[in-house]
Amino acid sequence: MNFDLVESPLQPLHSNVACRFASLSVVQWQRAMEALRAVDAAFLSLWGSDDRDRDGCFSIQAAFLLSDEAVVLQHKIADVAAPTYPSIAQLYPAAARMERAVYDLLGIASVTDDPQPDQHEQDQRGWLRHGGWPEAVYPLRRDVDGAQEYPVDSEPYAFVPVEGNGVHEIAVGPVHAGTIEPGHFRFSVVGERVLRLEERLGYTHKGVAKRFESLSQSEAHRLAARISGDSAVAFSWAYCAALEAVTATAVPARATSLRALALEHERMANHLSDLGALGNDAGFAFGLTHFSRLKEDLLRANVEAFAARYLLDYVVPGGIAVDLSDAARSLLAAQYLTLEREVASLRAIYDEHGGLQDRFRDSGRVTPDLAAQLGVIGLVGRASGVERDLRVDHPWSPYDMLSTQLVTENSGDVAARVEVRFDEIFESLRLCQTLIEELPDGPIRGAVPVAEANRFAVGLIEAWRGPVMIALETGADGAIRRCHAHDPSWQNWPALEYAIIDNIVPDFPLINKSFNLSYSGQDG
Amino acid sequence: MLKILSRMIHTGLLTEPQATSVENPTVDALQHELWRTLGRALCLRHVDAGSCNGCELEINALNNPYYNLEGKGIKFVASPRHADLLLVTGPVSVNMEEALRRTYDAVPEPKLVVALGDCGACGGVFGRSYASRGAIANVIPVDHTIAGCPPAPAAILAGILQAISR
Repeated sequence: MNFDLVESPLQPLHSNVACRFASLSVVQWQRAMEALRAVDAAFLSLWGSDDRDRDGCFSIQAAFLLSDEAVVLQHKIADVAAPTYPSIAQLYPAAARMERAVYDLLGIASVTDDPQPDQHEQDQRGWLRHGGWPEAVYPLRRDVDGAQEYPVDSEPYAFVPVEGNGVHEIAVGPVHAGTIEPGHFRFSVVGERVLRLEERLGYTHKGVAKRFESLSQSEAHRLAARISGDSAVAFSWAYCAALEAVTATAVPARATSLRALALEHERMANHLSDLGALGNDAGFAFGLTHFSRLKEDLLRANVEAFAARYLLDYVVPGGIAVDLSDAARSLLAAQYLTLEREVASLRAIYDEHGGLQDRFRDSGRVTPDLAAQLGVIGLVGRASGVERDLRVDHPWSPYDMLSTQLVTENSGDVAARVEVRFDEIFESLRLCQTLIEELPDGPIRGAVPVAEANRFAVGLIEAWRGPVMIALETGADGAIRRCHAHDPSWQNWPALEYAIIDNIVPDFPLINKSFNLSYSGQDG
Repeated sequence: MLKILSRMIHTGLLTEPQATSVENPTVDALQHELWRTLGRALCLRHVDAGSCNGCELEINALNNPYYNLEGKGIKFVASPRHADLLLVTGPVSVNMEEALRRTYDAVPEPKLVVALGDCGACGGVFGRSYASRGAIANVIPVDHTIAGCPPAPAAILAGILQAISR
């Protein structure tokens, strides 16, 4: 697929994948958005920056994935008194919440300049701001002190009401009944049937983007790993990939392979955990027992191989923190064989269990058409026929040597998301076996020079949930000027609102678990 | 069904007995201590006040067959009104401050609060900011903290034991 802009040619951008960049006028911005929609580009992320100190402008950026490259487009906003940009939510529905977040953090508003009579008005409700800081304060602006604290003045949130005979609302959260992250779900139901679900998120907003700006380039990978703890390897790798691209750091081959090994371990640990929880949510506690046992075995192998159960500080700028010993290498080889056998036997039990399949099949369906329309990505997308996986489409090192097999399903229900998880575990096991068999010798860390100021780079990694992105702008003397982190949960949370429609309330935990989206990753 | 039974028999019992000490408690030691101090089972309520979700992964691990917390009568309950002990994770985000206070108020007296993980103990990498209040103790009274990022299940068990034996 060839994508280019006539008026403003795309320039190469530092990244671990093929990536290009262009700065566009407002008209070009709108045209480019339509052109990208026409070539079925996957919309990835939208974020703003305050560049008034540098060029007197605010800016808005959007990132897209094409079949052979990633594209980042920027529009500079000169009107700093009332900064606006053309909304892209009509073309890319997933952008709607990101536009609200950009406004909450920077006061840059999205506008539709040619509103149609049947078009919805722009959603003015706060997304990340729940009244924890004053409306007139935009914390990500460069002249706002991020350390300043404000008393909470919580504001009522106008959920969209559903009216009709017998309709009532069920309000759930932000504190949920289990060990789950906080968020609010507002169900409008008739009897047990869900007519509408509206999510309200942002509860775990911790000011990650502002926090990045107070860290140095050499320590920010620790914060990146904690954007969403279950995707720690992916986010810290994405950060390091961006930093290494901008500093032209040579990462040793051994470190690259071990990063991939850690990433696949993270994928398998999460998939195992989800498969157990999905069995449990469908009333099959046996599944939880056995999959949580296998997950624990994997975490204990992590201690041998990577010196930690969860790899929050494993990927570091220039390489990795701990080398893999030969003893751990043979232990892993044996463990992969056991895991493969055990998962295959449990899969047969899941497949043949009538009660379980009865709950899985047809529940929470996201059809391929709906998935394409909403821009669903990652694991949930692949269960609805969206054939995208960075490891396959944009293989960065060492995935360029691994020929990862794409796993997809078309039915888009809970059963499909279960099948994708099973298949991806087997594919990850194959990758892990190859990685440890062909593990290069050599050092595990390269020297990372201090990046020059005002350089821009993007790191893109396929986490277990989908593609995560770090967009890094360097400051002077090893500082970070701006760092935007994107979790694929942004795209997929809105799809959950559709998946639950016409299902019954008691199936929500099952459907929600089959998505297993990150609150912390979305809230930032 | 035969496959399920066969799998159960071949797997056997995995719950681990370990050496007993306050520093390295086992579930059995914990249960004994609970029985001595409370005379009944302990009900925990977990609240995520803004965590990155790392600590939640290790809390969930407590219920796997190796640690088998619930099997010993130490259980996670669905409502703060049923809880003896509040296990709180995360730095407290400003958006969760009110919910955390209300959850704390809903736990009947006497109650214990354990702040779990480096963020809960001291604010962690997030610290204090426009969006984060840092440590749990900045918002509600905390009886005990468990360090770690995230703390391993054994450390969580040790922390709970220390909190109840105070």
